[in-house]
Amino acid sequence: MKLIQIKKREDMSRKKELLIRIVAVFLSLIFAGLVIKILGYDPLNVFSSMVNGAIGTEIRFKQTILKAVPLIITSLGILVAFKMKFWNIGGEGQIMMGALGATFVALNLPDLPRLPLLGLMMLAAIAAGGFWAFIPAFFKTRMGVNETIFTLMLNYIAIKFVTYLQYGPWKDPGSQGFPKVAMFSKNGTLPTLFGLHIGWIIALVLVVLVHVFLNHTKKGFEIAVVGESQETARYAGMNIKNIVITAMILSGGLCGLTGMIQAAGIEQTLTSTLSAGYGFTAIITAWLARLNAIGTLVVCLIFAVLLQGAAYIQISMQIPAAAADMIQGIILFFVLGSEFFIQYKVSLAGRLAGLRPTRREAA
Amino acid sequence: MEAVSAIEMRGISKAFGSIMANREVDLSVRWGEIHAILGENGAGKSTLVNMLSGIYRPDSGEIMIDGQVVEFASPASSIKNGIGMIHQHFKLVNVMTALENIMIGRRGGLLIRKKQWKQEIRDISDRYGLDIDPDKKVYNMSVGEKQTLEIIKVLHQGARILILDEPTAVLTPQEIRRLFQIVRNMKEQGCAIIIITHKLNEVMEISDRVTVLRQGQTVGTLTTADVQVGTLIERMVGKRLDLSIKRVDYPGERRPLLQVDGLTVRGQDQKIALEEINFDLYGGEILGIAGVAGSGQKEICETIAGLTRAEKGRIFFEGGNIIGKTPRDIIRLGIRMGFIPEDRLGMGLVGSMDIVHNIILKDYQNQPGIFLRRGPSQAKARTIVERLDIQTPGIHYPVKKLSGGNIQKVLLGREIDSDPKVLITAYPVRGLDIGASYKIYDLLNEQKYKGVGILFIGEDLDVLMSLCDRLMVFCAGRVAGTVDPREVSKEEIGWLMTGGKEQEPS
Repeated sequence: MKLIQIKKREDMSRKKELLIRIVAVFLSLIFAGLVIKILGYDPLNVFSSMVNGAIGTEIRFKQTILKAVPLIITSLGILVAFKMKFWNIGGEGQIMMGALGATFVALNLPDLPRLPLLGLMMLAAIAAGGFWAFIPAFFKTRMGVNETIFTLMLNYIAIKFVTYLQYGPWKDPGSQGFPKVAMFSKNGTLPTLFGLHIGWIIALVLVVLVHVFLNHTKKGFEIAVVGESQETARYAGMNIKNIVITAMILSGGLCGLTGMIQAAGIEQTLTSTLSAGYGFTAIITAWLARLNAIGTLVVCLIFAVLLQGAAYIQISMQIPAAAADMIQGIILFFVLGSEFFIQYKVSLAGRLAGLRPTRREAA
Repeated sequence: MEAVSAIEMRGISKAFGSIMANREVDLSVRWGEIHAILGENGAGKSTLVNMLSGIYRPDSGEIMIDGQVVEFASPASSIKNGIGMIHQHFKLVNVMTALENIMIGRRGGLLIRKKQWKQEIRDISDRYGLDIDPDKKVYNMSVGEKQTLEIIKVLHQGARILILDEPTAVLTPQEIRRLFQIVRNMKEQGCAIIIITHKLNEVMEISDRVTVLRQGQTVGTLTTADVQVGTLIERMVGKRLDLSIKRVDYPGERRPLLQVDGLTVRGQDQKIALEEINFDLYGGEILGIAGVAGSGQKEICETIAGLTRAEKGRIFFEGGNIIGKTPRDIIRLGIRMGFIPEDRLGMGLVGSMDIVHNIILKDYQNQPGIFLRRGPSQAKARTIVERLDIQTPGIHYPVKKLSGGNIQKVLLGREIDSDPKVLITAYPVRGLDIGASYKIYDLLNEQKYKGVGILFIGEDLDVLMSLCDRLMVFCAGRVAGTVDPREVSKEEIGWLMTGGKEQEPS
């Protein structure tokens, strides 16, 4: 016999939604605080350090922004695919392939002037990331191959391929045997503005572009319809294969661009750890933003604060990395868990609840 | 027998979220009685009987079976109390035989005694006048046979109270007659039978008493012999309704708009779904298609609309062949054809989007540029909402949250807004309440009067016969006959529906 009943909620007022979210954050802080206490630290001190570490000084704030940039752009890419209910779990691989494409241009044409070189690197990154997403899209539309597993496995191929290049053909001869790819020329790196590489401007522009694309273009409308119902899309005369493939190339292209920005802005070379899990984290942020481009910006900034804060307390308070991960995990668990309670109503059923009148509940 | 009722439900309430499906419902069914539960869609009929069959538990109220207060924790305990439920959608395993279907779900000993079981089935069949071949596989059975099997299954489980949920929806008139005979036999044997329906003529024909539900509440229990159809409608809908369907006359000249010639189509399973279909659809007429579900109705609609590829044949729209044209071509070429598909929210509309975006769905292809222009569609949405009297909080309200009737009005409104010459409608009133259904008939008649050629796929023969000018009967993908509904009887149509295989009605 079932003791717990789970029902999908029909409607919920904005107020109640907000309340559940606030309660979730509050609970997560309490639980995280408990863990910190058990570890022998002062919770309040740790939390304030986290905030302080993320936005306390200009340098720390810049670090936070640098973490937010790849997250924002990757989330936008994931969002385009998810809007179509195409589960692109391949952000990591697409980032890697994008970085690889950009690196290929940077290493082969190091003496081009800065603007054309960076432009070419971007194009190569978008093409390579887009191609990496095109493969599963092609097989999905022709043979109905499950895209979740396909995109996931392509991640490992991309990462291992970059590893191979790093240890093999692209190993820098001038690195004294150290397995790394050569650094980009000066022209192959992103210029800075206000002390930050211009990735943040690109991210802001892309947020606006993706927002306009999804909400104000015919293609964006088609993507939304395909995501809701393929039969309706067919009925309305849409070319579903074409739409799926276009959207996926766009999704992969955006992730690829993240790869280029990380390679040219942060690493200034190609490394096999460049994607740093952004492809996966972006899935969470895209969902939390409810697949809304503007929302992505906000969610990713908050997320970056969390990431940066956790990194900071490891150094400043000597909290082990694993503990910092735990705090992050607890906060995520509660925030994501609150989504469940917003979507579903859980109640006791059966004998426990008894056959009590429910007239008031219904009113 | 007088003292104890078979079923006594008192003050039953059941809520789903904020929706009250049943509110203080009372129901009393005697032994040896056929009891109809009548109500519109969403009146709470299914919820009520699902509490009898142990699928739901009531939030409050009490159930007594044969004088004993019971509480069903699961369908199993309901079966144990002698209640058998025949669902609208049969719960049978296709690849098994009738006998195997009866055996599964029964907990028996270690050994399967097929012989004994067969004898038991034969006994039950004889007693109630049922007829089934225990070794026939379910996938070879007709809908009527499947239903018989379901009935034997629950009787074999020891059911003395039988609940039939919309049992006639999928049957031909002949099969309905046979079912009613079985039900009467069971009544004579002292069983209690509950029939859920929204068809009034069936209530009048078969039931002894009828309980009417409206908006989750009991309106009353009446003795069928003492009531008029009009009274029942009034109770069911809550107001007086004129229930005659008009057949308007088109004043203009009759000319063919759509001509289907030798059309052969394969279904998704590669089997022939339509074979050599020929017909003309004239302007200003409603051409009905009747047939047992799955006789090719879906395919004929989707092939004309360009969603399904034809294997052979031609379709002329005002003289031009449109075969092989996709929906995209049809929209872009400006072929004025509207299509109301069977699955409104799954095909005709996007449920989570608002009315405006559902109107854009058909308009955006012909807009210039890459940007979506909402302005014109917004104006159109307002006009449609006003003209069809759609009950909605606004044009920016997700259509799936509207009631069934209003959803259909959005779809129909969009399709007739483009001034179609041909309108294809598949089951346009399915699931709608009576008022909404009549509104749809009126709208179709209005279009017909304007000279539109309407193809109307329907399931209720009474409606088809009073609304259509001509009636095409489909059977297994072929046109079994085209008749003038003013001149034939229901039985004759039923005879065509089964391809003339059944015996002529006596």
